[in-house]
Amino acid sequence: MLKITNLAVSFNTRNGTVTAVRDISLDVAAGQKVGIVGESGSGKSVTAFSIMRLLDDGGQNDAGTIHYQDINLLQCSEQEMRDIRGREISMVFQNPRAALNPIRKVGYQIEDVLRRHSRSTRQSARRHAIEALSAVKINDPQAVYGRYPFELSGGMCQRVVIAIALACDPRLLIADEPTTGLDITTQKVVMELIDELITERQMSAILITHDLALAAQYCDHIVVMKDGEIVESGDSVTLFATPQHAYTRKLVNATPRTGASLRDLLPSPSDAKTSQLTNKVTSLAPARPAPLLEVNNLVKTFTTASGVVNAVKDVSFTIHRNESVGLVGESGSGKSTTSSLLMRLDHCSSGQILFEGRNLLDVTTKQFAKDPRRASLQMVFQDAGDSLNPRHTAEMLIVEPIARLTNMNRKEKKARVSELAQMVGLPEALLTRYQHQLSGGQKARVGIARAIALNPKLLILDEPTAALDVSIQAIVLNLLHDLRAELDMSYLFVSHDLRVVELMCDNVMVMRHGEIIERGSAKQVLQQPQHPYTRELLAAVPQSPELQYGPNTSNRAVL
Amino acid sequence: MKNRFIAVSQRVAQTIPVVVGVVVISFLLTRALPGDPAVFFAGVAADEASIEQVRVALGLDKSLPQQFLIYVGDLLRGDLGQSLSSGQPVLSDLASRLPASLELTLFALVISCLIAIPLGVLAATRPGSWVDHVCRVLVTAGVSLPTFFTGVVLIYFFYYLTGWAPAPLGRLDFLYIEPEHVTGFYLIDSLIANDMQTFAGTLKQLILPAATLSLFTLAPIARMTRSAMISALSSDYIRTARAAGLANGTILRTYALRNALLPVITTLGMVFSFSLGANVLVERVFAWPGIGSYAVDALIGSDYAAVQGFVLAMALLFVLVNLIIDLVYSLIDPRIGFTTNE
Amino acid sequence: MNSTVTLTEPVQPSQSALQHIIYVMRENPVTLVSFMMLAVLVVIAVAGHWLAPFDPLASDSSAVLQPPSTTHWFGTDNVGRDVFSRVLVATRLDLQISVMAVSLSFVIGSLLGAVAGYWGGWLDVCLSRILDTIMAFPLFVLAMGIVAALGNTVENIIYATAIINIPFYARLIRAEVNIRRDSGFAVSARLSGNSEIRVLAFHVFPNTLPPVMVQLSLNLGWAILNAAGLSFIGLGVRPPTPEWGIMVAEGSQYIVSGEWWMAVFPGLALMFAVFTFNLLGDGLRDIVDPRTRK
Repeated sequence: MLKITNLAVSFNTRNGTVTAVRDISLDVAAGQKVGIVGESGSGKSVTAFSIMRLLDDGGQNDAGTIHYQDINLLQCSEQEMRDIRGREISMVFQNPRAALNPIRKVGYQIEDVLRRHSRSTRQSARRHAIEALSAVKINDPQAVYGRYPFELSGGMCQRVVIAIALACDPRLLIADEPTTGLDITTQKVVMELIDELITERQMSAILITHDLALAAQYCDHIVVMKDGEIVESGDSVTLFATPQHAYTRKLVNATPRTGASLRDLLPSPSDAKTSQLTNKVTSLAPARPAPLLEVNNLVKTFTTASGVVNAVKDVSFTIHRNESVGLVGESGSGKSTTSSLLMRLDHCSSGQILFEGRNLLDVTTKQFAKDPRRASLQMVFQDAGDSLNPRHTAEMLIVEPIARLTNMNRKEKKARVSELAQMVGLPEALLTRYQHQLSGGQKARVGIARAIALNPKLLILDEPTAALDVSIQAIVLNLLHDLRAELDMSYLFVSHDLRVVELMCDNVMVMRHGEIIERGSAKQVLQQPQHPYTRELLAAVPQSPELQYGPNTSNRAVL
Repeated sequence: MKNRFIAVSQRVAQTIPVVVGVVVISFLLTRALPGDPAVFFAGVAADEASIEQVRVALGLDKSLPQQFLIYVGDLLRGDLGQSLSSGQPVLSDLASRLPASLELTLFALVISCLIAIPLGVLAATRPGSWVDHVCRVLVTAGVSLPTFFTGVVLIYFFYYLTGWAPAPLGRLDFLYIEPEHVTGFYLIDSLIANDMQTFAGTLKQLILPAATLSLFTLAPIARMTRSAMISALSSDYIRTARAAGLANGTILRTYALRNALLPVITTLGMVFSFSLGANVLVERVFAWPGIGSYAVDALIGSDYAAVQGFVLAMALLFVLVNLIIDLVYSLIDPRIGFTTNE
Repeated sequence: MNSTVTLTEPVQPSQSALQHIIYVMRENPVTLVSFMMLAVLVVIAVAGHWLAPFDPLASDSSAVLQPPSTTHWFGTDNVGRDVFSRVLVATRLDLQISVMAVSLSFVIGSLLGAVAGYWGGWLDVCLSRILDTIMAFPLFVLAMGIVAALGNTVENIIYATAIINIPFYARLIRAEVNIRRDSGFAVSARLSGNSEIRVLAFHVFPNTLPPVMVQLSLNLGWAILNAAGLSFIGLGVRPPTPEWGIMVAEGSQYIVSGEWWMAVFPGLALMFAVFTFNLLGDGLRDIVDPRTRK
């Protein structure tokens, strides 16, 4: 149905011509679901946009052909392409809220497509648009028809985008990271919906994603891309079970999954001094001296224009020395608010926080900046780029807490920064760089170096790898794991990703609507969840094909 | 819908503190500054006795809060004081001259919108083309043009050299009879009177000063249209629309332009403010009998009450225009009045 | 202690700020031109008195209203003064007024804006109300009112121009500070033990400067126009002091009889100065725009 032969795409940028896609060939048969998987910069989205002929300015097809049925899409006039887009080939995008015209009712946006492709007349357009909305399982299509995108949730917006894409019964759907930015339960609902609709209509589909497990779950065939080339392709189960190419193996390995230990995520286990460290951590945890942090009945309410919001309702928990506790929840669950309360960045409405037995709330948030305990409580941020001052070099960033909270002299500070850089694996040559000159993984390392600069006792990790590619995530997670053992720290690991939490944490708490609804050891919560919501969360995690494979099988920790 | 009603009423209510602030500032400008206000108000030629008379009449012998109350009371009765030079109440002076200024300003604004918005759209849709370059040059040159200088140059070319335009002396050549006063706008009044000759005469007089003012206001509008259109065109929803195969016209009009117009409308408020200021200069160059040249004459003649009245009137006019612009905006943008809980 | 995990990502070559500026200059030579134009203006402002071939105040009844010639490049005015000399000498005064006015409004405006944007609350509400009120006046008209009230002097032109420009800086800085107040790097600065004042002064505020630099440049041009406009209607600078606005005003009386040079040359000088600052502002926008920077 779709046949890409030897496609090459390049972009004219300020640094000269950059090849984004080189010599790729790809077939999509009728009714087939193909996943294109790759990390950022792999050229997967460029491939999709080439099919639609929607490349950004400066992008050009250098070679190759793209045949849709018998039409060479690259030879089509713009007018012919417009007839094909939406009627034959459709596309669903990431960030659904931005993908809809903000000041036009969603119903009208669907009608625009229907009328463009002569599926409806002026009279029937409304009826057809409502039908399209109910086809994507929107409960009250009549009402949603008259809504604006800002009045709908992210998941609803994505349904509308899907409704627009499928309104004219195209034969091929291209979904470009359709669930990135959505909560995991919404992700599942949206993916199931897409899957069901394309199966029902016997359409073909291309799913573009960075998540190998997601692609494996929903696609028949997977193509792995790296640096603009296809490194491997095959049917999902085989590819996952017996990856041939080194990069695919690395990617498969790096994907967190049930039954794999943290070390299994790394390309070659010899990189890490594995087992004894892991054992050290787990053996320390049960010793249980007095708790490091004790939180009692923590409450935080905000007053907004639309009323009082109970962001955190009566939350209590403890964290012991050298323990790693996971805090799991979707957006709006109150997990981020909780962590900023613990960090004393925000006032608590009521409750008690005891740190090493002493009340943390006895000084105001303002005075806490100079409190000796400030050094003991540090944080690693979700978006490393955003948390680094763009006008400071890596060295200035790492030295900042040392300069503020210790009395080291120049030489000592310099030595300490080198030591920290070494600990987090940051080459010293990079210390003079600004954050925009560093890669994602390097920025994460700078953020970690700064957080551990003062030997904190408790480190809050706020989704520290959410913005990273999966192979970098594996490295950073391992780094964090080792640092905890080396520096005798406790972690509160805030995340929405259950697979990551399982790897990193001894104990897990699940939060929803400002309350902790379930807690227990990581193994217990993730394998025998009690609360229905926890079960829902777990069910939403993409299930990759059974993992009886791999070079690391022998090393794998037996649970 | 209820939310939007609340938002709109809130916006209307917001003008109240601004109006109060405007009145306070215009009061402070004259009373709370070093020097003796009575001397200012009495004018240059006044003697001791008349200064004293003014002092009592304006209540300047009382305390500041009391003076303020008197001032507000006078304002509420529509009393802006007496003009020294014309001997008339300032309010009636302003009222008789306001239509001339408004006709010029609004006519110029309409011209510049009619040119600038299409130009900005064309430049945004064809980046790098000659239209784009023309737009860029015009935008940068336009904001660099001193209006009074543009006016002078236009007079030199179109009156002295070619003689195409009439002498730059007011709203209407003495050959024509002023149309009967209905709106005070000669263009409209002459149409109502069905006097095409006067209409043409008015237009001839109007065209040069209006062009001067338009050249000045063209730039910010074109610039904002171009950049708003560029950012709209590169947005995700345009990509969705293109991926759905929508026709170019639909994408440009319904999707890009409507979104791009929102910031342009906001800019119009600022542009109006600038053109009210520039108006003063243009009226001066073209001897236009509006409130701008009235204020300049008053300034030079130290006619204090007239200047104060002019400043206050301009501010109130601008507050009103801003209110109208914001209300129009809220009609177009459905997001007004909607608060997210995120 | 050794790292347990080696760095596997490649170390890419970085791009220095200087390289970036060179790139922007090459990509957009207009920016380079604007820097050169600025240099010309500064030289004339500093050395105008020595460069001028005639005394700008000396009248010569034998050479009244002469068109441009080899002796009088820009012609002579109605009392026989050399227009070229007057235009050159006026540069310093016009630049002085605008630079002083803009610096005043930048300092006051950014102080107010930073405090209001950072701490918010009633302070912010008060400031916003005051700024709204100032902005509710058509700004040129307000400047006229202020000069009329304070008295008709050059200093008061500067104060008036400064006051009407304050809201632009205050609002811009307020918005820029506000969006960065709770940004990741501000929060991490707090975690590093910085007090709120330090976070504002050393972390948040410096990051707001690039967009303000653009505003500063555009504003200089606007302030020159504003001051020249005020003197055109007879406020501030008094004749016979050479100043572009007054010279255009004087020249405009002779334009209908064809003596164009008296108004046109000072007007062109004014345009050149404003154009320079506007061009510079656009160029700076390219340099500081993060989207063009790698």
